[in-house]
Amino acid sequence: MDGLTLFGTWIAAFLTLCILSFLYKDNPFYKFAEYLFIGVSAGFWIAYNFHNLLVPNLIDPLFGADGAFPKLVREGQLDIRLLTVIAGLLGITMLFRFFPKVAWVSRYGIAFSVGLGAGLMFIVYLQANCIYQIWGTVQLSPIVITESATGWHFDWGASVANTLLIIGVVSALVYFYFSKEHKGLLGGTARLGIWFLMVSFGAAFGYTVMARISLLIGRMEFLIDDWIKETLIALGLL
Amino acid sequence: MKFVRWLADIDRRIIFVVIAVAVVVPLLFPLGMRVKVTPQTQTIYDEVENLPGGSNVLVSFDYDPAAAPEVHPMALAFLHHCFQKKHRVIIMALWPQGAQMAVSAMAEINRDFDLEYGRDYVNLGYKPGGAIVIKSLGNSFAEIFPKDMAGRSTATLPLMEDVSNLYDVDLVMDLSAGVPGITEWVIIANALFQTRTAAGCTAVSAPQFFPYLQTGQLIGLLGGLKGAAEYETVTAYAGKASPRMDSQSVAHVVIIVFILFANISYFILRRKREEGSGGPTARPPTSA
Amino acid sequence: MRREIPMIVAFVAGVIIILEFFVPTLRNVAGQLQKWYLVVVAFAILVGAFNLLRMNYMKVRGRRVDWPYSIVLIVGLFAMTIVGIGWGIGQGTVFDWLFNYLMFPMSSTMFALLAFFVASAAYRAFRARTVDATLLLVAAVIVMLGQVPIGSIWVPSWWPDSLVFLTPDWLKDRIMNIFNTAGQRAILIGASLGVVSTALRILLGIERSYLGEE
Repeated sequence: MDGLTLFGTWIAAFLTLCILSFLYKDNPFYKFAEYLFIGVSAGFWIAYNFHNLLVPNLIDPLFGADGAFPKLVREGQLDIRLLTVIAGLLGITMLFRFFPKVAWVSRYGIAFSVGLGAGLMFIVYLQANCIYQIWGTVQLSPIVITESATGWHFDWGASVANTLLIIGVVSALVYFYFSKEHKGLLGGTARLGIWFLMVSFGAAFGYTVMARISLLIGRMEFLIDDWIKETLIALGLL
Repeated sequence: MKFVRWLADIDRRIIFVVIAVAVVVPLLFPLGMRVKVTPQTQTIYDEVENLPGGSNVLVSFDYDPAAAPEVHPMALAFLHHCFQKKHRVIIMALWPQGAQMAVSAMAEINRDFDLEYGRDYVNLGYKPGGAIVIKSLGNSFAEIFPKDMAGRSTATLPLMEDVSNLYDVDLVMDLSAGVPGITEWVIIANALFQTRTAAGCTAVSAPQFFPYLQTGQLIGLLGGLKGAAEYETVTAYAGKASPRMDSQSVAHVVIIVFILFANISYFILRRKREEGSGGPTARPPTSA
Repeated sequence: MRREIPMIVAFVAGVIIILEFFVPTLRNVAGQLQKWYLVVVAFAILVGAFNLLRMNYMKVRGRRVDWPYSIVLIVGLFAMTIVGIGWGIGQGTVFDWLFNYLMFPMSSTMFALLAFFVASAAYRAFRARTVDATLLLVAAVIVMLGQVPIGSIWVPSWWPDSLVFLTPDWLKDRIMNIFNTAGQRAILIGASLGVVSTALRILLGIERSYLGEE
C-alpha cells in the first residue's frame, strides 16, 4: 500500500469512526461527518451531471466542434440537433424556482417531465405489474399432474403451492379492497389476506436484518483489514 | 424474577456491543461455512454459461457505496464470469455513484484479464432519468450515450458498432440498491423490448421482486450478501462475499437469541401478572 | 394561463408517449421528447444542489444552530464540484480519490449504523402478543436462519427426506416462493393500479399538485 493510499485509508477510518460514534450519542464528530457527507454527495452529483449529461447531451450537440450552431454558422445548414435548444430552455425554466416572482415559469419544465413520466408509467405499469402479475396467478393450476417412468402422478407439493399462491393473492387483494366493510365472507377472506401479508412482512424483515448486518460486516472488514492490518504492515509490525 | 425483568429490558448498549463482537470475531477467526446455491442464482449462472461466446451483456450499476458490501461482490463475480465466457460487456449506470463503482470494479477485473477497452467492454457512464433512459435505449444507445464515461465518442467504439439498441443485447444484469433499478428494467426492458433480464440487489429489496421470478420476468435474482456468496460459489470465484457469511451467520443467531430472550421473559412476566401475584410487568419498549 | 399551458404541455407530452405504443410513426417524436427529458432532469438535480447550498449559506449568514457544520458542507460541495469539473471524474483522478476515501466510507457507515438499531428494534418490538405478530415473528426467524449457512449445517446427513419440511432452508424457500410472493404480488397489483390512476389524473388535469400553489 503506497503512502497516498494509506493516508486515504486513515482519513476513511477517521470518518468511519466519526459516524460510528453516533452509537454512543449525537456529538460534534458525527455532525462533522454528516454535513461533510451531504456536501460531498451534492458536489458529486453536480460533477457527474456536468460530465455525463450536460456536456454530451446538451453542450456538445449544440456548441461542440461539430455541433449544430457551428454547422449553421459555417455551412448555413439547419441541423435537427438545434431542437436540443428546447430541452435547454425547458431545463433553464427549472432554475426560475429561486425567484419567487417568476417561479411559475418553472412549471413548464416540471409539467413536461411529469407528463412524460405519467404517459410512460400509465402503459408499462398496466402491462408489466398489473396484467403480467394477474396472468402469472391465473395460469397456475391447483392440480398438477407429473409424468414419470412409472406413469402419471399427482404432484402434491406443486398442487398445494399453487393453491396457496392463488388463495394468498386473492385474499390479500380482498384485504386492500376498502369500498365495502370487511364483514362476513369478505371479512374472513380479508383476515386470511392479513395473515399472508404478515408472513410476507416477516420475511421482508428477515431480509432487512440480513442487509443491515452485511453493511456492518463491510465496514468492520475495512477497519480490520484495510486500516489496522495495512498500518501494521506499513510500520513493519506484521 | 429480577433476572427475567433484566432480560425483558436489556440496555441497548449491551445489544450494540454483542452485535459488534458477533460480527468481528468470525472475521478474525473464520469458520469456513459454505452456502447452498439456490435455483434463482443457478438460473443466472446457466444463462451466462449457455450464451454463445461474444454475446452482448449489459450490466447496469444502479447502486451506491452504501450498498457496496452486498452488491459489489456480485458485480465482481458476475463480470468475472462474463469475461471468462468471452462475452462482451456494456456497462452503464442509472445512479451516478454506480458509474464510479463500475470504475473500481473494472480496475479489479482488469487485474485478472487482458481486456481491451472498446472491444471487450465499454463503460457508457451515468444518465439521469431512470425509466425514460431505458425506454430510450429501445430506440438507440448512441442517441442517449453519444459519449462514453471518459468522453470518447461511442460511435468510434468497435463493440457499440454491433449494438444499436436493446434488441441487440442478449442479457441485462441489473445490480440495484433501489429506484431506479430492477422495477424499471423489468417493466421496460423486459416487458416492452423482451430483453432477458436478471438482477442482483440488496437484501432489503429482494423480497419485493419474487413475483417477477414466478412470472419469468426475471430469469434470476441475487439477493443480498447471500446471493453474492452463492454466485461466488457457483462460479468458484474467490470473492469477499463467501468469507463474510460466517459473520452474517453468527450475527443472525445472536439476534434470534435476543428475540427469544425477549419473548420468554415477556410470557413469564405476563403469566405472573395474570396470576395476580402483583409481579412486575414487562416495561413497554423504549426507543430502538 | 400560468397553470393551463403547463397542463397542456403535460398532456401533450404524456399522450405522445402513450400513442407511440400504437402508432410506430411517432417513435421519432417520442424519442426526441425522451432526450429532452434527460436534460430537464439534469437541471432538476442542479436545482436540488443549489437549494442545499442556499439553505446552508443562509444558516451561516444568520449564525443559526450548527452553522459551523454548514461551512463544512459548503466546503465539501465546492471541493467535489471544482475537482470533478476541473480535473475529470475517471479512474485515478483526485475526484476518484475523494470518492474512495471520503464519500465511500461515510455513505456505507451511515447505513451500517442501522445494523445496531435493527437488532435492538427486533429485540424490543418482536413479541408474540397476537396471531398476526406471531406469524410475523416466526416468518422473520425462519428466514433469518434459512438465509445463512448456519441454518442448514445443523441438519445431519442422515436426516430423512420425509422430515425435510422441518429444516429452516426448506421452510424459508416455501415462505419466500409462496407466502411472500402472494403478499408482494397483491401489493404490486394494488400499487400499479394506483400508479395508473394517478398517471391518468395527471394527464387529464385532475391532479395538479405538481404545479404548486397559485
